[in-house]
Amino acid sequence: MVTKHEAATRGRTMEGRRKEGSDEVINAQGLLKRYGDLEAVSGIDLAVMRGEIFAFLGPNGAGKTTTVEILEGFRARTSGRVSVLGVDPAEGGPSWRERLGIVLQESNAEPGLTVRECLELYAGYYSKPRAVGETVALAGLDKQASMPAEKLSGGQRRRLDVALALVGDPELIFLDEPTTGFDPSARRKAWEVIDDLRSLGKTVFLTTHYMEEAERLADRIAVIAGGRIVAQGTPQSLGGRDRMAATIDFVLPQGVARSEIPSGVRELATERGGGRVAVRSESPLVHLACLARWALERGFDLPDLEVRRPTLEEVYLALTSETRKEKR
Amino acid sequence: MNSAALVIHQTRFDLRGFMRDRRARFFTLVLPVIFLVIFVGVFGNDPVRSGGERVSSATYFVPGIVALGIVSASFANLVMAITAQRELGVLKRRRATPVPAWVIIAGRTLAAVLTSLLVVVVLLAIGTAAYGVALPSTTIPGVLATVVLGSVALCGVGYAVSTAITSVDSAQPVVQALVLPLYFISGVFVPASSLPLGLRDLANVFPIAHLADGLRHAFDPLTTGSGIVARDIGVLLAWAVAGLLIALWRFSWVPRGSA
Repeated sequence: MVTKHEAATRGRTMEGRRKEGSDEVINAQGLLKRYGDLEAVSGIDLAVMRGEIFAFLGPNGAGKTTTVEILEGFRARTSGRVSVLGVDPAEGGPSWRERLGIVLQESNAEPGLTVRECLELYAGYYSKPRAVGETVALAGLDKQASMPAEKLSGGQRRRLDVALALVGDPELIFLDEPTTGFDPSARRKAWEVIDDLRSLGKTVFLTTHYMEEAERLADRIAVIAGGRIVAQGTPQSLGGRDRMAATIDFVLPQGVARSEIPSGVRELATERGGGRVAVRSESPLVHLACLARWALERGFDLPDLEVRRPTLEEVYLALTSETRKEKR
Repeated sequence: MNSAALVIHQTRFDLRGFMRDRRARFFTLVLPVIFLVIFVGVFGNDPVRSGGERVSSATYFVPGIVALGIVSASFANLVMAITAQRELGVLKRRRATPVPAWVIIAGRTLAAVLTSLLVVVVLLAIGTAAYGVALPSTTIPGVLATVVLGSVALCGVGYAVSTAITSVDSAQPVVQALVLPLYFISGVFVPASSLPLGLRDLANVFPIAHLADGLRHAFDPLTTGSGIVARDIGVLLAWAVAGLLIALWRFSWVPRGSA
C-alpha cells in the first residue's frame, strides 16, 4: 500500500527534478483578487529567483497580505497565473508543502507543549525534517527548549515561529513581518538568522514594515500600493533612488540670511526652521563646491553640513503616497 | 513516517496537551468522580428501578457518569480545543505543513478514545472499591465497543459542531447548552424510564442516550453474554460514520470568512 506520505516523498523528488534548470521559484502573472466589488490586487506580476531574499513592501490595505496568502495557498485568486516552486498554490498538496516554510503574521503556540515538543510535533509532519536540536540552535532558543511555548516572550515566540517554519528544511520560506515588536538587538539577531538562510541557499519571501530591514536583507524589493506594483528593484535603485536628488543640509550661521546664499544654490534651498536649510541637489559636488567657496570667502564654517542620499523610507513614502493621491 | 505512525504521532502530542490542560483534566477526570460521589451520597445505595429491574444506585449511576465522562473527553474537550486551535491560528500554521486534515482528525479522535477508556478505568476502580459495583467479566466486549464507538461518534459530532462556532468564548456555552439537556433526557442522571415517552424518543435520536444505555446494560449484574446491545451499537456506529464524514467534509483550518 502506498501511504499518503510515501506518495508525498515521491512527488517531491519528481518535482525536484522538474525544477532543475529553472531558477524562478515564484512567478505570478496578472495575479488578480476581487472581494465582491473591491479589487484588492489588480493583476500584478512578480518573479522571485532561487536563493534570493525578496522583500515585499506596502502599506496596510495595499493588497500585500492577500498576495502573500495566495502565494502560500491560503487564499484563492480571482484570476491570473501563479506558480510557486513549479506548482499552482491553489492545487498544492502535501508534496508541495514539504518544500515550503511559512512564518505567519500572527500565530499562537501549540497549547501545552514546550518549545522542543512543538518542534518534534512539526518535524513529524515532514518526510525529511531538519534535526530538532539543530533547529532550536538555529533559532537561538537553546535556553528555552524545555519552556512551555506559551511562556515565551514576544521575541522568543517569534523565533519559535521561525524555527517551526524551518524544521521541515524548506527551499522557500515566507516570512510575514518576522520582527514586528522586536527590540533593536533582537531584530539584529533575527537578521542574522535570515542572513544564514541566504547562505544555506534558501529563497526568502519577506514582508516587512521596516525599511531598514528590507535594506539590510533584501536582494530585491517590490512595492505594492493600491493593489499594483508601483516599483521594483534593488534597495539601492528602487524607484530611481540611485538617480534621485541628494539633500544638502546645514544651519545658517548667526546673522546670515537665506537670501545671501549664492545664486545657483539659493534657488534650490528651502528653510526648515531654526535657520536650517535643505538644498535639493542633483549635482551635489558642484553645489557643495559653491557653498564651500562662499563660506570661506565670508569667513565662517558650516559645522553641521550633511549630504544625504534619499533613504529607502523616503523613496517608499513617496511611492506609496503617489498612489494614494491617484486613487482620490 | 507512514500514515498510521503519523496518526499516533499526532495522538501522542494531543494527549500531552490534554494532560497539561488543567480545565480539560478537571472536566474529564475530576468532575465525573465528584458527580459519582454526590449522586451515590444523595441517593444512598438504595435500589433504583432501571428498565424492569431493581439495581443498587451505584450500579445505576456508574455507567451514567461514565457516559458523562466520555462526553466530556470526546465531545466537550474536542469542540473547545478545535475551536480554539482554529480561531487562534494554530491550525492555520499546521496547514502550512504537509500534514493532511484527516491525520489531525484521526489523531485527536484516537486521543479522545484513549482518554475515554481512562475515564472508564478510573470510575470503575472507584465504583468497585467504594460502592461495590461489579462489572460482569463477560460484558467487557460490550463496554469496550460502546465506549470506543460512543467516543468516535461524539468526536465526529464535535467536529461538526465546532464548524458552527465562530469564537473561542462561545465554545463552552454552546457545548453546555447542547449537552446538559441531553444528560437529563438520556438517562445519565435520572432513569430514562421515569421520563415522558416523547422526550425519550427525542433523546434516542442522539448518541448520548445510546452510550448511557449500552453502558448500563453492560454494567448490569443480571446481563449475560457479551453485553452488546445491537440497537445502541448500531445507532452509535451510524453517528460515528456520519460524524467523521462530516468532519472530513467540513474541516476548516482557518476561521470562517478568511479564505
